[in-house]
Amino acid sequence: MTVSHLPTWARLAILAVLTALAALLPYVGLQEYTLSILTLGLFFAVYAMNWDLLFGYAGEANFGATFLIGTGAYTAAMMSSNGVATPLVCVAAGAGAAVIAGALLAFPALRLRGPYFGLVTLVAVLIMRQLIILFSDKTGGEIGIAVPDVIAIDSATNFHIALGAAAITAAILHLLVRSPFGLILEAIGQDPVNAQVQGFNIVKYKLAAFCISAFFSGLAGALMVFYLGTASTNVFVDGAVGVQIIIAAIIGGRRTIFGPILGAIFMVAAAEYLRPLGGPLSEMTVALIALIVLFFLPGGLLGLATILRRRRAA
Amino acid sequence: MSFLEAKGITKTFGGLRAVDRLDFAVEKGEILGLIGPNGSGKSTAMSMVMGLHRPDGGSILLDGTDVAGWSPNRIAERGVSMVFQHSRPLQQQTVLQNVLIACLPNRLLNLRVSPEQRDKAIEALRLVGLESEQDKWPSELPFAGLRRLELAKSLARDPQLLLLDEPFAGLSASEVREFSDLIRNLRGAGRALILVDHNVRSVRALVDRAVAMSSGQKIAEGHPDAVLADENVRRVYLGGAGSEHAGEAARIEAVGTPILSVSHLNVRYGKAQALSDVSLDVVDKGVTAVVGLNGAGKTSLFNAITGFVGAEGEISFAGKSLKGTPAHEIARAGIVLCPETRELFGDMSVLENLNMGGMHLAAADRKERLAFVEHIFPRLGERRSQFARTLSGGEQQQLAIGRALMMKPRLLLIDEPTLGLAPIVMDVISESIEALRRSGELSLLIAEQNMTFASRHADRIYLMEHGAIEWSGGADRFAAEAGARIL
Repeated sequence: MTVSHLPTWARLAILAVLTALAALLPYVGLQEYTLSILTLGLFFAVYAMNWDLLFGYAGEANFGATFLIGTGAYTAAMMSSNGVATPLVCVAAGAGAAVIAGALLAFPALRLRGPYFGLVTLVAVLIMRQLIILFSDKTGGEIGIAVPDVIAIDSATNFHIALGAAAITAAILHLLVRSPFGLILEAIGQDPVNAQVQGFNIVKYKLAAFCISAFFSGLAGALMVFYLGTASTNVFVDGAVGVQIIIAAIIGGRRTIFGPILGAIFMVAAAEYLRPLGGPLSEMTVALIALIVLFFLPGGLLGLATILRRRRAA
Repeated sequence: MSFLEAKGITKTFGGLRAVDRLDFAVEKGEILGLIGPNGSGKSTAMSMVMGLHRPDGGSILLDGTDVAGWSPNRIAERGVSMVFQHSRPLQQQTVLQNVLIACLPNRLLNLRVSPEQRDKAIEALRLVGLESEQDKWPSELPFAGLRRLELAKSLARDPQLLLLDEPFAGLSASEVREFSDLIRNLRGAGRALILVDHNVRSVRALVDRAVAMSSGQKIAEGHPDAVLADENVRRVYLGGAGSEHAGEAARIEAVGTPILSVSHLNVRYGKAQALSDVSLDVVDKGVTAVVGLNGAGKTSLFNAITGFVGAEGEISFAGKSLKGTPAHEIARAGIVLCPETRELFGDMSVLENLNMGGMHLAAADRKERLAFVEHIFPRLGERRSQFARTLSGGEQQQLAIGRALMMKPRLLLIDEPTLGLAPIVMDVISESIEALRRSGELSLLIAEQNMTFASRHADRIYLMEHGAIEWSGGADRFAAEAGARIL
């Protein structure tokens, strides 16, 4: 029996065990530096998993992941810097704001066919970025906005927060895609006409998927603001970051939910450790690796496991 | 009152009137056959019933409620289901899961599959004989199995009205029989069925009543045998009795040296044999027609001649073998294809479309060529600056032929020149084909389902069926000798 044939509860049990083991990492002598990279990688993993929900299952390419992440991040940052609420309330508000903004964007956009949905999401990022710069007295503009509060100072706790966010997101998304809801979503993604004929209102399901994706993206964005201590457009509201999320999800393996975790950690780690090569060269190397994976492993890193298993079985 | 009653439904796409004030009805427990050649509007009519196309006019009464313009999922909730011609199952889910989807309610909070839903899916698989394959992947099913899977997806919803779009396409003779029996049994339980097919022979024994369509309109209705014997239907499929249409051109039975000669041509797509041992000659400076129903292999033949698909066998053009010649060189040598889908540049003007065809010509040459095309098609001259997509169906066909003519063909291949055109528009295309013949500049090879049209122009006709030439001869003998093969 292979992993792909395991029942859902067994997969969740494996996820729980792996999470517990990962939670021990700060106590086995890992460097602070490594831990911080993993923390960022795990936040990134949440973004990539939620991108995978939309693309891998609902079949919609969201080029505006940072619209959702940025809404969560900036809502939390602005509330905190104005002293409106405690960090936890700010995080909750960030997630809520991302869902509302996501729904307002997606409801009209999902009625468009073909590549237009993706284009609308991309434009949303550009508009949001300009709005942040335009209202720089409130948002910090291009410099960014400093967050006075923190949730935790020590790196182990911050790592655990990111790990928890990633693990909970993975578990919930995994349950969702294995449920009838996920089955319908996949049917819509692959053949919307047929799905409609089977009696499903496709806009309703896609909107629901988009809101779920917005919730977790906004939540992780807000958490990451408190980890970094600052919100800036280059990190949270940037088309290029959106593209990196896409690459992470595809390298990891689309339509797997778990694969994008690997892809995201790989992307963040590669960017950090290749930094000595210099900016352009390190980005180029990551892009080349992504290209190689796209050409030779269309199923991503998680797809590699499947191929190896089949080869062994054959 | 009928369970489904469509009154005066109309649908236009750009300049094309795909369905024109069509009336039809179906009762519970009845199988209605909607027949007609490719492009006659059957599938569009069906799509309007399902809600996939919004009708431009008319009403669709389902059990007394007008559902015209409703979304497909609301119409599906009313008990209508459609089986598509092309099956696209979810490849990552098992056969059973594919059917299970159809049993799920349209509800977001949908976290577990209930035992009743599972039973319903298994029952649907049992009905189509796929019960033992439920744990397989769709990719492991043979072609006919996929068709059964599509049917199971519809049956799982226990529809009161089932729409079947070309259910027999691509099936072998024995599979057609099995599938017919299956469909016949569905009529029980007070279910109404509508079956769309261009192959009238396969539905004749199955349907209780038939509606025949041509160019978006109903041309006959009644008992299937009566419909097949109907004069209008015979004309659409076969062409009229030889004498009244023959004679615009001198028929040359003895051809002389053919401009193109095809011998023992075979084309395979994977396991499927698209052309088997096809041999034909194209009359020099004349019109040669290949006729046959959808799927007979006409387009494959054209693609083989123009080098778009690989083929075994010999093709020689003006005495030279085309073996190993790449597609673009075949085009430059003077064999130009005007494809069935027309492939116009919709957002370019008529003139720009024509100039795209004459791109490789010197300016003076191009001008001269343009004059020739506009002489053949005066309409294109009048509409030079209009966007191609705003032209009517007939004008688009003229533009497609005109653009092909800009490439200075010595042999022009036209795939389905009359597809989807109204009779009056066909006359315009007819005139231009005769004008091309009179110009004495080129030879024509046309592929047609409309046998009337083909026999009106062709010096020589080849009838294709299942990838092979079944009959060939002069147009005057066609209806008498080959008619029985089609109706």
